Amino acid sequence: MATGTPLERKPLTFAERTYVPQILSGLKTTWQHLVRPKETLEYPEQRPAIPPGYRGVPTLVKDPHGREKCVSCQLCEFVCPPKAIRITPGEIAPDAPTGHVEKAPKEFEIDMLRCIYCGMCQEVCPEEAIFLQNQFSMTGYTREEMVNNKARLYELGGTLPDDHFKWDKKLEAEKHGNAH
Amino acid sequence: MIEFWQNLHPVVQVVLKGLAVIMVIFPIGGACSMAERKVSAWIQGRPGPNRAIVPWISWIPILGPFLQRLGIFHVLADGGKMLFKEDALPGHVNKFYFVLAPIVAMIPALTTVTAVPFGAYLDQTGQIIPIALANVDIGLIAVFAVSSLGVYSLILAGWASNSKYPFLGGVRASAQLISYELSMTLSVIPLFLWVNAPGREATFGFARLVEFQSGSWGGITSPGWGGVWFIFIMPVSAFIFITALFAETNRQPFDMPESEADLVGGFHTEYGAFKWGLFFVAEYAHMVIGSGVFTLMFLGGWNPLPWVPLADLVGWLAQLAPILAHPIAVGLLSIGIFLGKVLALIFFFMWVRWTVPRFRYDQVMEIGWKKLLPLSIANLLAYAIGIALIQQ
Repeated sequence: MATGTPLERKPLTFAERTYVPQILSGLKTTWQHLVRPKETLEYPEQRPAIPPGYRGVPTLVKDPHGREKCVSCQLCEFVCPPKAIRITPGEIAPDAPTGHVEKAPKEFEIDMLRCIYCGMCQEVCPEEAIFLQNQFSMTGYTREEMVNNKARLYELGGTLPDDHFKWDKKLEAEKHGNAH
Repeated sequence: MIEFWQNLHPVVQVVLKGLAVIMVIFPIGGACSMAERKVSAWIQGRPGPNRAIVPWISWIPILGPFLQRLGIFHVLADGGKMLFKEDALPGHVNKFYFVLAPIVAMIPALTTVTAVPFGAYLDQTGQIIPIALANVDIGLIAVFAVSSLGVYSLILAGWASNSKYPFLGGVRASAQLISYELSMTLSVIPLFLWVNAPGREATFGFARLVEFQSGSWGGITSPGWGGVWFIFIMPVSAFIFITALFAETNRQPFDMPESEADLVGGFHTEYGAFKWGLFFVAEYAHMVIGSGVFTLMFLGGWNPLPWVPLADLVGWLAQLAPILAHPIAVGLLSIGIFLGKVLALIFFFMWVRWTVPRFRYDQVMEIGWKKLLPLSIANLLAYAIGIALIQQ
């Protein structure tokens, strides 16, 4: 329910009815816009500042020791709404330094023509191996070029800091006879 | 060199002069389309087109990038695109009139320039001689008569396109141009009443107007009026004239024939490629001529500042260097001053475009018939009485 008194509408003065003062003040406003510094970010030369938490191109990351974190559990593949992720699981040789991790992806493909940048793969990953990072521009000339394979995903992802070193702790615990 | 020029056949002289003027008007038309985009961009807080560059110009250190930022090469890119893209002719149009319309648009736009003086030089006796293709006594009437032929191109285009939006655009164009021509013509009559004082040879030429605004008025230096511009004596006339000029050149806020918002593109909806480009060059040529006429009538023509006529400036410059008093130097200086004012007015056209919102069609008609026309008649009567009292 409307309260208070309605605004009184004054009749237009003669000067206002000639439009001239309004046009002059309008010209002043547009002149101020003309001389003001331009707002445009000139894209290829200037890049926008990426805010924290930005969801760019999904990438695979390594831990600070250089171990690939993905254990090919395929949760991201299952959760991916547009089915952009395809993982071929593989094994790690038992005598390798990280042999106790047992599994790693043999091939890991993200089809960037399907990806919708929803970030569910990052959310679901139990190993913190997949991250949507800052890259926002993906281009290519063919469909094949737009599918990121494992090598490319690690190249894009690089190394991120790790708070847990989960598998190192697990190995330590195993050595002291306390697996869990 | 001057003797060689004067020994040429008069017809050759006139053709060369005409070509020279067209060589100036045409690029100005092209540059205006660029300036339009740049000014629009700046007012909207954008840098505007600034990418195209010719490789060998990008090698020039500072000038190259500067010209690139200014978007100069987009004019070439646009023109080249317009020239070489397919010039489609829709199947449903009347082919003859459809092709004729842009030609009819160009011809009056380039013809009006003949009667417009664009500079002046001083002869041996210190007399100011205007530079024009044809410095005729009927100057203003010739400009009005020929430039109003431009409306036929819009009607032809609208009619020949055989589709509803161009048709509506053509109808609006004819109504609007005819309405505003009345007040435009009435608004400038006081000027000629003033300069055609009793006992003087009657003229409608621009030279006499500029002569008055230069202070020396056919030998008579009238005290108090020396070098005053008509915009100060007759501001209402100037206001009516510039408003009508906006309407006549189909500029915002009176862009009814085009009406991008409600009529797609108005009369040129069905046009493309070079024919479309011709319409635009014609529109800008009209703007250039209209601004030139306004400059001559209200802004002192080739006089640098109000109360500072060209002759005074040349006198001062001659003290610095005698070569500057040479007729060619004075001619170039006066043309430069005149073109500067014209370009400033064209900038004003673009500035207003982004300031004033478009009028509705009925508002355009109402302003034209119910506001401007009575105002111009009242203005004419007031000045007629005033001039009769002063000059009796």
